[in-house]
Amino acid sequence: MRINRLAAATAVVATLALTATACGGGSSTGGSGDNSSPKTLTYWASNQGTSLENDKQVLEPELRKFEQQTGIKVKLEVIPWSDLLNRILAATTSGQGPDVLNIGNTWSASLQATGALLSFDDATFGKIGGKDRFLPATIASAGAAGKDPAAVPLYSMAYGLYYNKKMFQAAGIERPPATWDELIADGQKLTKDGKYGIAVEGGNVSENVHHAFTLGKQHGADFFDASGKPAFDAPEAVAAIKQYVDLIAKDKIAAPGNAEYANNQTLTDFATGKVGMMMWQSAGANLKSHGMNPDDYGVAPVPVPAGASGTKLTSSMVAGINLAVFKNTKNLNGALDFVKFMTGKDEQIQLNKTYGSIPPVADAQGDAAFATPELQALSKVLGSSAQPLPQVANESQFETLVGTAVKNLLAAAAAGKPVTDESVKAELTKAQQQMPAN
Amino acid sequence: MRQRLGRLRLTPKGLPYLLLLPALLLELLIHLVPMVVGIAMSFKQLTQFFIRDWSSAPWTGLGNYHLAVDFSAPVGQSLLNSFWVTCAFTILAVGLSWLVGTTAAIMMQDAFRGRGLLRAAFLLPYALPVYAAVITWSFMFQRDTGLVNHVLHDQLHLTSDRPFWLIGDNSFTALVVVSVWRSWPFAFLTLTAGLQNIPRELYEAAAMDGAGVWQQIRRITLPSLRPVNLVLVLVLFLWTFNDFNTPYVLFGKSAPEASDLISIHIYQSSFVTWNFGAGSAMSVLLLLFLLLVTSVYLFTTSRRRGADD
Amino acid sequence: MINPPASFRWTRRIVLALLAVFTLVPVGVMVSSSLKPLQDVQGPFRWIPSTLTVRPYFDIWKTVPLGKYFINSIIVAGGATVCSVLIAILAAYGVSRYRFRGRRLFTVTVLSTQMFPGILFLLPLFLIFVNIGNSTGVALYGSRGGLILTYLTFSLPFSIWMLVGYFDSIPRDLDEAALVDGCGPVRALVQIIVPAAVPGIVAVAVYAFMTAWGEVLFASVMTNDETRTLAVGLQGYATLNDVYWNQVMAASLVVSVPVVAGFLLLQRYLVAGLTAGAVK
Repeated sequence: MRINRLAAATAVVATLALTATACGGGSSTGGSGDNSSPKTLTYWASNQGTSLENDKQVLEPELRKFEQQTGIKVKLEVIPWSDLLNRILAATTSGQGPDVLNIGNTWSASLQATGALLSFDDATFGKIGGKDRFLPATIASAGAAGKDPAAVPLYSMAYGLYYNKKMFQAAGIERPPATWDELIADGQKLTKDGKYGIAVEGGNVSENVHHAFTLGKQHGADFFDASGKPAFDAPEAVAAIKQYVDLIAKDKIAAPGNAEYANNQTLTDFATGKVGMMMWQSAGANLKSHGMNPDDYGVAPVPVPAGASGTKLTSSMVAGINLAVFKNTKNLNGALDFVKFMTGKDEQIQLNKTYGSIPPVADAQGDAAFATPELQALSKVLGSSAQPLPQVANESQFETLVGTAVKNLLAAAAAGKPVTDESVKAELTKAQQQMPAN
Repeated sequence: MRQRLGRLRLTPKGLPYLLLLPALLLELLIHLVPMVVGIAMSFKQLTQFFIRDWSSAPWTGLGNYHLAVDFSAPVGQSLLNSFWVTCAFTILAVGLSWLVGTTAAIMMQDAFRGRGLLRAAFLLPYALPVYAAVITWSFMFQRDTGLVNHVLHDQLHLTSDRPFWLIGDNSFTALVVVSVWRSWPFAFLTLTAGLQNIPRELYEAAAMDGAGVWQQIRRITLPSLRPVNLVLVLVLFLWTFNDFNTPYVLFGKSAPEASDLISIHIYQSSFVTWNFGAGSAMSVLLLLFLLLVTSVYLFTTSRRRGADD
Repeated sequence: MINPPASFRWTRRIVLALLAVFTLVPVGVMVSSSLKPLQDVQGPFRWIPSTLTVRPYFDIWKTVPLGKYFINSIIVAGGATVCSVLIAILAAYGVSRYRFRGRRLFTVTVLSTQMFPGILFLLPLFLIFVNIGNSTGVALYGSRGGLILTYLTFSLPFSIWMLVGYFDSIPRDLDEAALVDGCGPVRALVQIIVPAAVPGIVAVAVYAFMTAWGEVLFASVMTNDETRTLAVGLQGYATLNDVYWNQVMAASLVVSVPVVAGFLLLQRYLVAGLTAGAVK
């Protein structure tokens, strides 16, 4: 018995000692960065191309250019989207992470709240060539309002309404719909013989929340009130989400099967002529890989309510990828040099051209590569009618909860269950109550 | 000479501990210490504001637990829902796996042509890596392009409309099917091994007494398998209850309510919404529940076993 | 079973045939889909490919650095297996052959770790690895070594438990005779027990290897580009833009072949090992 107790005591002490070190783990990340390791950088890139390997092929020559210019060797790791947020989280908790990394721009405020990312104050912006180079909307989606951005925009995108020109012609539709009433009318004309008017990616939580946000803006819903408290179940938000779900439920211009789409089946359906429209961001490259010619489709802004004005004219969220610097980098100057390099005109043209996105840097937009009808239309949306998702610390919870609520509603609609204002409101209230209290 | 010296140093008293040391150290490092840290986390308000420096996260006492078990609020309600779903799922999946495994093991007890091949086929699901197997099922369960609806709707015309399998209420069925498919071979394998320990003479004696097949199974096979079953059911229970991979690969990060298993639920609470304190509290509750069930199970079965001896 | 009547034999045929269908259909889908062109797997389901193509089998190596992941998985799963078996043999020998204080506590503790939800200790474990790295310079996070350590403890409890059962079934007289002959306990273990327990050890090794080969959750957080394993790497076929189902299936098959082949080759041992060890 005595030995048991002794062993137990030893184990407890050892455990506590280890626990203490483990809990203190974060403190090493508390310090700000320095320049103790000026010759190397680690860069985590998100998967933007057709595959991880494709991304490496795209980025590595550019990184070599950077090495030639500065003598800094950049170690590249391309991280699949399924792992990216977990890896960033792990890096944040441990302080062992990259120097520079890509983040989804909607995560900016959430990650900003952890305090792990370098703030881009005016002095820092000065080192990378100034804040004015970037489109205001894209800067607004790089951190909470009123704070210095936690990242800078790298690739930008916006939603547009893609429509199949031949199908439109065959159905006697002359121009793309500008209002939702028109869209529904057009959709009903297109919906016949197993084909549908529009496809939505209903099983994809992020897509759902993006559309919920845009439609919410059109109805005057903000999802968060001025003090940052969630207001998911406001009547405007209910109306917006019901309108989206009604594409399947009431208007029946989207196939019920869309409710489980989560692997970009929307793109496939559009490219193969199964649907006449879709709301998507920068789809050009993918449509091409599915064998759809750029002449076969047109891109218009996502419709707005008839007679709308002001922010009710919002037709897209500001989509894109931001570039952030980990605060505890051991090569602060090098990291900023790298940010400057990546957001410089040449790289912006080169990379955005390859990935089919829009440069958030104004002087790169003039390049001929971005003069296609698709990118012209999307650039216009980005510059005039795109709004950033709520930049609040709880944004990722908002995305998950509201996106899941919409997913559940679409699933119910697809299964033939009635979707009413009450059922939408109940689902949103539930989502709101699961938001953390802080 | 050398050996004798060695034996002198390693007194029999120290030796067993030395033999256990590597295993103990590793379990301590990988399981027990992280566990204790995890339990400590459950008493902290560990949200994204504090993950960078845990020691600065405020202690909340039982706050996270209150949140988790307040069944009148949505967080507690959804946890409770997830708990019941997991219970129903575990009972069904373990029960069916056991039933199918037992049936197959008994039917494969006697040699027949092609038995070896069939056994190999039956073990395939167990040998396949989880991701590879489950992603295939998710492909088969796609509403518009999957095999399941192709057979049920297009070929057999059993359903008037194509049902959904990966969203909505049917997702529960899909989850049970995949889980049984993956775990019955383990039951089959274990029971096959268990059957080999039953002496043939027992059957011969029973057959002489005029016992038919069903009676042989009831009187000899099943009672002989009892000790195997005790362990098998417990292992299956723990694996199934804690299963993360199957629902994760099948449904992704947000499972439908009807199939919101507790492991996914906790993952969502901690990793997706970045509230590690609340997630840990839920894990601790889960662990307590499993400890309770296991102890009760072991206690009742060992007492009964003791009575048998 | 003695004298099964014809009705039983017919029931048996039908039940086993149904089970075989249930078991093999997903495997069949894997094979046929892996030989389809992309448009086949994106359209309505068809049993037979419209045109047979082996292109997915070439493409998989380009879409994702599968070769590198393969090597990582072999190192990680192999390392975890070897270490887990060795450590389990030692521990099982101690538990099986000696009576000492804490013996029961040890077995109960080790077995109870099977109950721990992985989610609960994922992040703490990660932090501990990082801290060990910071204070000693031994890089566990992101390294194959860290993953080997983690995985070996996943299979360790079951392995120890199974081997204890197996060792118990080996007559004590055998190793006691060796001890009397002047062998040390370690030599008795190596020369007497281990050879007698080969089926049990193989069974344990197969289990350990499979556990490590298929794990996803820990690998997704604890590996990087260089050390990523196959199980996580497979997710790379579902990219932001597209899901290459035919490649997913082809890669899944390729990834499965080594484990399945090994498993089927060694299944006799597995049954024998379980017979003597776990199920007594």
